[in-house]
Amino acid sequence: MSEDTPRLVDSFTAPKEVLQEFADLAEEENVDPFAETASKRQIASRQSDYHNRRFNRVAVDSADAFKQAEDGMDVDAVGGYKEAMRLQRLEKEEQRVRRAIEDKERQAREEGQEKMDLDKTPPRAEIREAAEELAAMAAAAKRKRRWDIEELAEDEQKMKVDSIGGGEWSKEALEDAAPKKRRSRWDATPADVPVGETPKRSRWDQTPAAAPDAPPVPILMNAPGFMTEDKHNRYLTDEELDAILPTAGYSVVTPPPGYAPMIHPRKLMATPVTDLGGFQIKESSDAAAVAAAAGLVPELPTEIPGVGNLAFFKPEDAQYFAKILKEEDETELSVDEMKERKIMRLLLKIKNGTPPVRKTALRQITDKAREFGAGPLFDKILPLLMERTLEDQERHLLVKVIDRVLYKLDDLVRPYVHKILVVIEPLLIDEDYYARVEGREIISNLSKAAGLAHMISTMRPDIDHADEYVRNTTARAFSVVASALGIPSLLPFLKAVCRSKKSWQARHTGIRIVQQIAIMMGCAVLPHLRNLVDCVAHGLQDEQQKVRTMTALALAALAEAAAPYGIESFDNVLKPLWLGIRLHRGKGLAAFLKAIGFIIPLMDPEYASYYTKEVTVILIREFQTSDEEMKKIVLKVVKQCAATEGVTPHYIKQDILPDFFKSFWVRRMALDRRNYKQVVETTVELAQKAGVSEIVGRVVNELKDEAEPYRKMVMETITKVVSSLGASDIDERLEVRLVDGIIYAFQEQTTEDQVMLDGFGTVVNALGIRVKPYLTQIVSTILWRLNNKSAKVRQQAADLTSRLAVVIKQCGEDQLLSKLGLVLFEQLGEEYPDTLGSIIAAEGAIANVVGMTQMNPPVKDLLPRMTPILRNRHEKVQEASINLIGRIADRGAEFVPAREWMRICFELLDLLKAHKKAIRRAAVNSFGYIAKSLGPQDVLQVLLTNLRVQERQSRVCSTVAIAIVAETCGPFTCIPAILNEYRTAELNVRTGCLKALSFVFEYVGPQSAYYADSVVTMLEDALTDRDLVHRQTASTIVKHLALGVAGLGCEDSMLHLMNLVWPNCFETSPHVIGAVMEAIEAMRVTLGPGVLLSYVLQGLFHPARKVREVYWRVYNSLYLGAADALVPFYPDVGELSEGQNVYDRYPLQVFI
Amino acid sequence: MSSELRYTANTQLEHLHARYTGTGHADLTKYEWLTHQHRDTLASIVGHPTLTSYLAIADNESIGRVKFEMTERMLQPCGPPPPKDED
Repeated sequence: MSEDTPRLVDSFTAPKEVLQEFADLAEEENVDPFAETASKRQIASRQSDYHNRRFNRVAVDSADAFKQAEDGMDVDAVGGYKEAMRLQRLEKEEQRVRRAIEDKERQAREEGQEKMDLDKTPPRAEIREAAEELAAMAAAAKRKRRWDIEELAEDEQKMKVDSIGGGEWSKEALEDAAPKKRRSRWDATPADVPVGETPKRSRWDQTPAAAPDAPPVPILMNAPGFMTEDKHNRYLTDEELDAILPTAGYSVVTPPPGYAPMIHPRKLMATPVTDLGGFQIKESSDAAAVAAAAGLVPELPTEIPGVGNLAFFKPEDAQYFAKILKEEDETELSVDEMKERKIMRLLLKIKNGTPPVRKTALRQITDKAREFGAGPLFDKILPLLMERTLEDQERHLLVKVIDRVLYKLDDLVRPYVHKILVVIEPLLIDEDYYARVEGREIISNLSKAAGLAHMISTMRPDIDHADEYVRNTTARAFSVVASALGIPSLLPFLKAVCRSKKSWQARHTGIRIVQQIAIMMGCAVLPHLRNLVDCVAHGLQDEQQKVRTMTALALAALAEAAAPYGIESFDNVLKPLWLGIRLHRGKGLAAFLKAIGFIIPLMDPEYASYYTKEVTVILIREFQTSDEEMKKIVLKVVKQCAATEGVTPHYIKQDILPDFFKSFWVRRMALDRRNYKQVVETTVELAQKAGVSEIVGRVVNELKDEAEPYRKMVMETITKVVSSLGASDIDERLEVRLVDGIIYAFQEQTTEDQVMLDGFGTVVNALGIRVKPYLTQIVSTILWRLNNKSAKVRQQAADLTSRLAVVIKQCGEDQLLSKLGLVLFEQLGEEYPDTLGSIIAAEGAIANVVGMTQMNPPVKDLLPRMTPILRNRHEKVQEASINLIGRIADRGAEFVPAREWMRICFELLDLLKAHKKAIRRAAVNSFGYIAKSLGPQDVLQVLLTNLRVQERQSRVCSTVAIAIVAETCGPFTCIPAILNEYRTAELNVRTGCLKALSFVFEYVGPQSAYYADSVVTMLEDALTDRDLVHRQTASTIVKHLALGVAGLGCEDSMLHLMNLVWPNCFETSPHVIGAVMEAIEAMRVTLGPGVLLSYVLQGLFHPARKVREVYWRVYNSLYLGAADALVPFYPDVGELSEGQNVYDRYPLQVFI
Repeated sequence: MSSELRYTANTQLEHLHARYTGTGHADLTKYEWLTHQHRDTLASIVGHPTLTSYLAIADNESIGRVKFEMTERMLQPCGPPPPKDED
């Protein structure tokens, strides 16, 4: 239909935009702002498809062989090992048949495709055929539901192409669109299969009920697809299509007449995926119905009867906790039902409750675990863990429940081992480290509770499971079992599995278990290394490629874990490994090379050299590989070989380097980040053997390469090589080329990052005095760049100056330094803070090396220029300037007039507010330097006044500064001023004074003996103050004072203070009681434990528990501090003796 | 802040205390406390050679004998524990 033909409409309606607006509004109203983040928290929606294969797993009851054998019942009848194995075989057969069908289909398809491919211009008949097939597909598409829209999009696209392409396009367009290659399997089936029959049924389609061989007690952990929206298979919206396709030259073609979309796309999206034929648990629909009946679905409750308030409640929770959501008459319930409800309530509290609620619930469920029994508990916990919308926090809590419960249940868990494993195994491959640790913890506890025999019989069926995912997780679980119960106990089983004749999957998994054991246990495999290697050794000659590859990987892991020991255990596998690298290609070869790479470092030097030579041929051949994985492994192996002792520098220079540089030192390698890193690392390793000049000589010309990433790679390599090996190996000619190249690379860089800067700094510092001839050139480069238009360039030039300052001084080029200093000084007006920071730092570096007296510009000019810069709020500027100022104050304070220093003192107060600790510390230290040169009075006055400000951080820093001033200028200069200031009526000032005193006594230590008596009256006042903080800070002062004066004869005043501190021991505020306890501990040191004991004895058996608790706490710390010294002070309680109990300490009553 | 401290710092200290023998708590009985005192006293005598030789002279025994007896007495130094009150 074109635009200009008049349309015949029988009714008018509002414009489309208006309708759209209303629709949008309606949508906005019930939009959930948390929806997006919620889906990110959900584990399932975050993880890969591979991870989510866990939802496919079916768990069975594992019979408790021990228990039932006792009862004399037939173990297998209840679903034991035999049953499990039968099921597993069945599943495997099913997979095999399915795969056979797929293969057949694929073959058929490929044959058809070959015909297409061989002939460039297909005969007319075939084109017609293809066209018909397309049409059939389009028709079939209407039958399908999920994929139809995509097809429609494809059709549309095709039509667009057609509409501009015209006649001669159509043929190619048809060929392009011919679905032979790109078509997914989904599209293919309906066209050539009669309607109503789907031969390839995926696991998703199967309902447990429909499966004839359903296990006796199948627990389907979850309904896949339930409550989730399938992100990958959703329809492309018009907006998205618009975004993908170009706007110009295309027009949207209206659908052909008679086409009616089945349902409006938006509606389709809104319907839950459950409608689409996936299966769901029967129970869940019941639960949903119940929940719906209880009126719970629309508004989610936060208050549940018998549970109380919850932190949150998700719609998905309703199906699991339906039974406790409504009020019930508890009297009608049986004991078991009551128990079930109780468990559910506890679980809900743990999963959704606030921390205190959760804590008590967790304790309850742990205490009552045996009472509840394993069955009811796990029946409730495990389905929750398989919920699709599970979030990290919930999973963590539920796993914690399992952990606690396991511990209590002990061997009662046996029937549930498999079910637990199915839920916990996925944690072992989780991307989150803590989840993996939790998983390991649970499985290890589980294996300790259930015992090795039971674990093996439970996990045995999964070892040759048809699904790779199951085998993978099982192998990991087995390795955890091995680490929990010891490798030796598992070895016979491992040997048997690795030699399994029945299926290669079993061998593969067995070998993978060994690999996982090595990865997990590290050097703990050493005692069993030979056994483990022998277990897997024969796998190298296995007929199945995958087994051989896995064997090589397992050997690599074992060798890595055993390094640097245990080469003798690998004797048997050396020959097959080295023969293997000649026989294999591709992935297999990569694995073999990896194993060799890890084994060579273990060898004695002479063997290592021999075997390296053997493998080098292959390595050099593989240098040219285009496979990225192979490249990485080859690089790694070269690195490992080069690092071994037996490989001579000569050999490396002769045989490896030429080919290595030819294939890896190319521009292309610099483009991929991981390749780049590997090449640099390997080259640095080679340099350790081959020497600096060999490597640097080969790459130095590339510093002038036109590709910048490549130049960077060269620079990084040179940096690393030179910084680890030095530059003494570099001869004059190379030196010229190197410096030239570096200057070129530095000047030509367009992206500013550290690499070039670091490289420049490292090389110049390594060359040391040898750079003298080039310095003029380098400095003129810097000077030129300091005036560059770009702020980044100026910043880099300044950074380079700070790195070079030391070397320039070494070379005796003071002239250059003073020139640089002057230019930098002129640049202090810089407006970009990052650049300004670098400039100040550079100025500081120059000041450091030349010293304050020779500094040009003179310090007396430089410092006043810095004062206004201190006001700059930028962290980098602050830090650089405070460092410079601190340095000047320390070394050259006398060059600057006192008034300037006072001005700086005031500016420094502002820096005390800085966020960065380094800045505050530098500022506080500067106060000390300034006070030292000016005398403390003025500085102290500034600081004491600053105690009046509002901001706490500023006050705290002032107190520290006061203490530092006291330390540098002697306490007698400060303590009187502080005591005087304490008389101010302001609370903040008084606390500040106390704090300052506490720091003073902490810093001056034993010197405090001279001042102890003078502060006693003030402390009396503070310790009897109503304000808690006063008493707390005073206690801290007492602590430092008491520790300082211990053994210096101040016991009388200390005893007085002790009497004032002691009543505070009943304080409950944590900071206060902490300070008081510490003061009392310090008193133990000063007054001796005997005196303290006499205080404590009064309350140890006080009738009030609150008193006893406190006194015992003091007693305990006293006892731990001086147990032996208390012996003579214990009271004589002989008169308390009664009956058999004689309390006299006779040995102490003996005298000669 | 405060609750956090109350739950961590102080309880941790008490846990730490409880890990050592000889420390006490609010429900310690007279017998238990005094037993600890006696053991400490005996250990102190064995641990200080001067004290051991002093006792040896006083008792007219060899030093080894005194040490041995002190060590032996550490097992129930105040006799068997008194019967618990019925409650």
